[in-house]
Formats: sequence, C-alpha cells, structure tokens
Amino acid sequence: MNSLMMLPPFIPLLVGALAAIFLRGPLRSVLMLLTPIWGALQLWGMEPGVYWAFEFMGYALEPVRVDKLSLMFGYLFHLASFIAVIYSLHLKDTVQHVAGLSYAASAVGAVFAGDLLTLFVFWEALALTSVFLIWARRTDKAFSSGMRYLIIQVLSGVMLLAGTLALLGSGKDLRFGYIGLEHEGLASVGAWLIFLAFGIKCAFPFVHNWLTDSYPEATPTGTIFLASFTTKVAVYAFARGYPGTELLVWIGGTMACFPIFFAVIENDLRRVLAYSMINQIGFMVVGIGIGTSLALNGAVAHAFNDVIFKGLLMMTMGSVLHMTGKMNGSDLGGLYKTMPKTTILCIVGAASISAFPLFSGFVSKSMIMSAAISEGYNVIWLLLLFAAAGVFHHAGIKIPYFAFFAHDSGIRVSDPPKNMLIAMAIAATLCILIGSFPAQTVYSLLPWESEYQPYDLTHVLTQLQLLFFSALAFVWLNLRNMYPPELRSTNLDADWFYRKLAPTFILRIAASVNGVYQRQEQAAISGVKALIRKSYDTETGQPKGYFSKLWPTETMVAWVAILLASYLMLYYV
Amino acid sequence: MDNPNEAKDFFDKPENISKMLKVFYVLCALLVAADFIVHRHVYHEWENIPAFYAIYGFVGCVILVLVAKEMRKILMRGEDYYDE
Repeated sequence: MNSLMMLPPFIPLLVGALAAIFLRGPLRSVLMLLTPIWGALQLWGMEPGVYWAFEFMGYALEPVRVDKLSLMFGYLFHLASFIAVIYSLHLKDTVQHVAGLSYAASAVGAVFAGDLLTLFVFWEALALTSVFLIWARRTDKAFSSGMRYLIIQVLSGVMLLAGTLALLGSGKDLRFGYIGLEHEGLASVGAWLIFLAFGIKCAFPFVHNWLTDSYPEATPTGTIFLASFTTKVAVYAFARGYPGTELLVWIGGTMACFPIFFAVIENDLRRVLAYSMINQIGFMVVGIGIGTSLALNGAVAHAFNDVIFKGLLMMTMGSVLHMTGKMNGSDLGGLYKTMPKTTILCIVGAASISAFPLFSGFVSKSMIMSAAISEGYNVIWLLLLFAAAGVFHHAGIKIPYFAFFAHDSGIRVSDPPKNMLIAMAIAATLCILIGSFPAQTVYSLLPWESEYQPYDLTHVLTQLQLLFFSALAFVWLNLRNMYPPELRSTNLDADWFYRKLAPTFILRIAASVNGVYQRQEQAAISGVKALIRKSYDTETGQPKGYFSKLWPTETMVAWVAILLASYLMLYYV
Repeated sequence: MDNPNEAKDFFDKPENISKMLKVFYVLCALLVAADFIVHRHVYHEWENIPAFYAIYGFVGCVILVLVAKEMRKILMRGEDYYDE
C-alpha cells in the first residue's frame, strides 16, 4: 500500500463515527459498514514498526506501533465492530451509533499505542465513549449504573497516568513495553499503579463489579460493543506489560472460579453472561501470568475467541430482550417455539464458550490448560478444570435452557430483525470455523512462536468426559429438584461496599452531624425563649423588670436623671 | 400458559424427553468405557485415576450448585434492594 495513503489505525472507525453524526438513512448504514472493512484492509498493508513518532515537551512519543501482538488485537477489534455494527443497523439512535464506533476506534488506538501517554489518552477515551452505550438505555437504573461505571473507569485512567508519571520520575522513558513488578523505589510505585489500573479494566476480584453492574443495564446493542473492547484492551495491556508475572496466575485462577457461583444464582441472563465474562478473562490472565509462549498464545487466542462467542451469546440474549422486553430467567422460557433461529445460534455460542471440540473455545482453552500443567501449576490446573466444567454449567446449559426451554412462559415472539440474525450468523460461523480449522484461522495470527496440536485423542476424550458429566450433574440435580430455581432477586457482591455500606455510612455521619447542629440550634432558641418567659409575669400581664414596667418617657426621665447625677459626681471628682 | 389450539412441540412431549435422556446416558457410559479401552496421554498422576475427568466434572458441578444454593441464604436480597 502506498505509504502516503496510510492513516493511523484508529482513523477509519472514527470516520465511521463522524459519518453517523452527519448522515442519515442508508448512506449512514453503508458508511458504518464500510469503515471497519477499510480499517482492517489498512492494517493488512501495514508493516511492523513505529509510525509518526514525534517529540512532545521533550518526551519521545510513539502514537502508532505495529507488531504481531497489536495487529492481532487490531484485526479482532475491526471484526468485532463490523459484527456489532450489523447487529445495530436497525437502530435510529444516533447516540449509540456514534458512541459505538468511537469506542471501537479508542480500543484500536489503545492497542497500537507505542507509549504510555498515548495509551492513557485512548484509555480514558474508552471510558468516555462507552458510557453513552449504557446511558442510551434511558432508564434511571442505567443512568446511575453508568455513573458508577464512569467513576471507576476514569479512576483507572488516573492511576495509569499517575503510574506513568512515577515511572518517568524514576528515570524510565515513556515507551510501553515490558514493565513487570520487580522495581525499587518510585519505579516500583509506578509499576504497581499501572498494574492496578490495568487490573480495574480487567475486572480483577473486588474491582469487578463495574462490569456485572453496568453491562446488563446497557442497551441490547450497546452490550455487544461493551463486551468486545474494554476488558480485551486490558488483557492486551497485561500481555504487553506484565507477561510472566506470577501474581497474575493466582489472580486469574480466582477470577476463573468465583464468578461461576454467582452466575448459577443470578436471574438476569445478561448478568450471568457478565459473570461468565470474568470467568473467561480469568483463563486469559492465568495464561499471561504463566508467561511461556504457549500460555501467552493461548491467552490472546482465547481473548480473540471470547470476543466472538461471548458477543454471540450477548447478541442472542440481546435479541430476546429486544423482542420480549424481558431478561430475567424467571420470566422467560419456551421461546424455542417461535425463535428457532436464535435458539440454534445461542446453542452454537454455548458450545463454543464451553469448549466443545470443533468449537472455538476448545482450541484456546486447552492451550492455557496444557501450559498450566506443563509449568507445574497443579492447583491452578485443577481450578481451571473446575472453572471449565462450571462455565458449561452456567453459560453452556443455563443460558439456553432458561431462555429457550425450561417451563413455557407463554411468550410468543418471532426471531429478531434480519440484521441481528445476520450478525449472529456471522459470529456463529466464525466460532465453528475457528474451532474446526484453527491452524488456518486464529493460529496464523498468534504473536509468539510455539507449536500446539489441540486435536489429539487425549484432549478430545477428556474434554468430552468433563463436559458430558457436567451436563449429567445438571440433569441429575434437575430431576431431583435440587437445582436452584430462578428467583427475582439481587445478589450481594463486592459492590455492596460502595452501593450500600458507604452510602449508609455517609448518611449516618451526615445524620448525626445534622442532629448535633439541630440540637444546638434548638437549645439556643429555647434558651432565648426561656429568658423572655422569665422576664414576663403572666398573672399581672406585665413584664417583671423595673424598667419594662415604665413608659418609654418615664424610662428616659430616669436615665437622664442618672446621667445628670453621674455628671455632677464626676464634676466634683 | 398452555394454549390448547397450539400443536404440541417436540420438547413438550415427555416421551421425547425421556428418549433424549436415555441417549444421553448411553453416551456418558460410552465415554467412560472409552477411558478403559483407549490409551490416553497422562500429563499428571491424578489423570491415572480411571474416568478422572468424568468424576471431576460431575462432582465439581454438584458441589458448585450446592454451594451456590447455600450462598443464596447469605447473599440474596429483594430485587429492589439497591433502589430503596
């Protein structure tokens, strides 16, 4: 490609966002569809290297750096935005179109950022653009949820900036490469701040609730964009900045396991998927923490697959929400009768996330598991195996079962609009293509050199045993009526601390301060009142004080007399 | 809920469900049987336990569901808990 024609990778998607502002009707749709394709073609023509480097206030900035890792995520984000744009074509809501594409552009900008300052700019842009996809639901719940989302995301950005400045202050340059946690003094503070900033966006335990809180409150189409970008940018950032950091193995193991318990008892099916997203990110974080080339390849391949199969699952649930207006498992069921296409597409997504052989999750998940066992992480391997069984249980079975089968809710709605079906069909086809022909698809994009063969007898047999017997557990528990029913409820999670405890705490303090103030005020007022009361004789109807009994003229005469008397006295003295 | 005019679907008939379940049980049994016939690679000593993956998957999921059920007792609140 002619180098004069080349633009920074995030520009095409940004042009799409601008087109959505100014254009209406079919022209807008065509341009929005073309921009992700244009962007992806542009990436195809880019050679690895640093572009448009310049100096800013004495610091060397590299706004665009192209290598195999950033290219892989670049292609992924263009693919994801293409699918999400198709899925949202029926909308007339300009806010969502503009926010969706500029959000995608920010994600692309972030993965091609060669220095930490550029990364920070796109990091904050991710937060500011994506929050409109939540607010676009236009409900009170969505508004306050979006507010919480924005505060946490911006906090992550501020920590990234603070960490960057700390690294600069300790004599490091701005280049975004391997950072690691092994530093001393100020550099160590900086490295930890950046680690935590990435961790917030990656939904680490205890800071994960922005995800489970806000994604289910977003619009049916907005969630598809949301599920594709923010957390995957964080996974990319960890793969670049902290590969092989052992702490990540343990954090990832926790992330893979704890959300599945919440997912089993959650009623809102998109919230179930949000929990299962954290579970899948857990696998990626473990892979990055192990840090061998097989593990890192597994992590980024899993990120790639997750965007597509989680997108597919979110799209099927978005279709259900779009058509029925309901999202709780307790209100749904029996939809397969009138939504057969959506049902089948959902089952493909479910098979992919559960890592059935020939579906996309299988190839990437087994890479991470193999890396864990070959590096001697036995406990982690067992935890991941449990998480793999658990994800089949809640995402693979629960989602399709409670939405489309289970008890018949009596709801009879048709399959969603054609554009939604096409978007889901593309994602489903990709899930099967990647799962069946990994070497020709996602493996050819992998950034690190390593050989791996997912399809051997051992892997296929053991995975099938694990999945079938997880399903058997579901059947057994259901037949014995031991499976927890879907209930309308809120389940407490770490967000309780800032949504209930902190507000209650602050309210208590405010109430007690207010109470003290009011008591003081009351005491002062009643003191004055008592003084007035004491000086007035109610029986005679007259004030008690001597001067108060007199007329003003009499008082004046008395005072003049006193004045003259004292004057006379002074005269003699 | 049940509309008498509506034709009964495949999954509405209990006999279809029980047929499907029987096929499923047979598949499960075959997978365990395969464990004794096929020689699979063993990367870790626990994998030497016969049908290790089947047992682990079943027990893991039962524990998962039972623990989650207990969690409800502590964590479950009304739907409008945060709006009150």
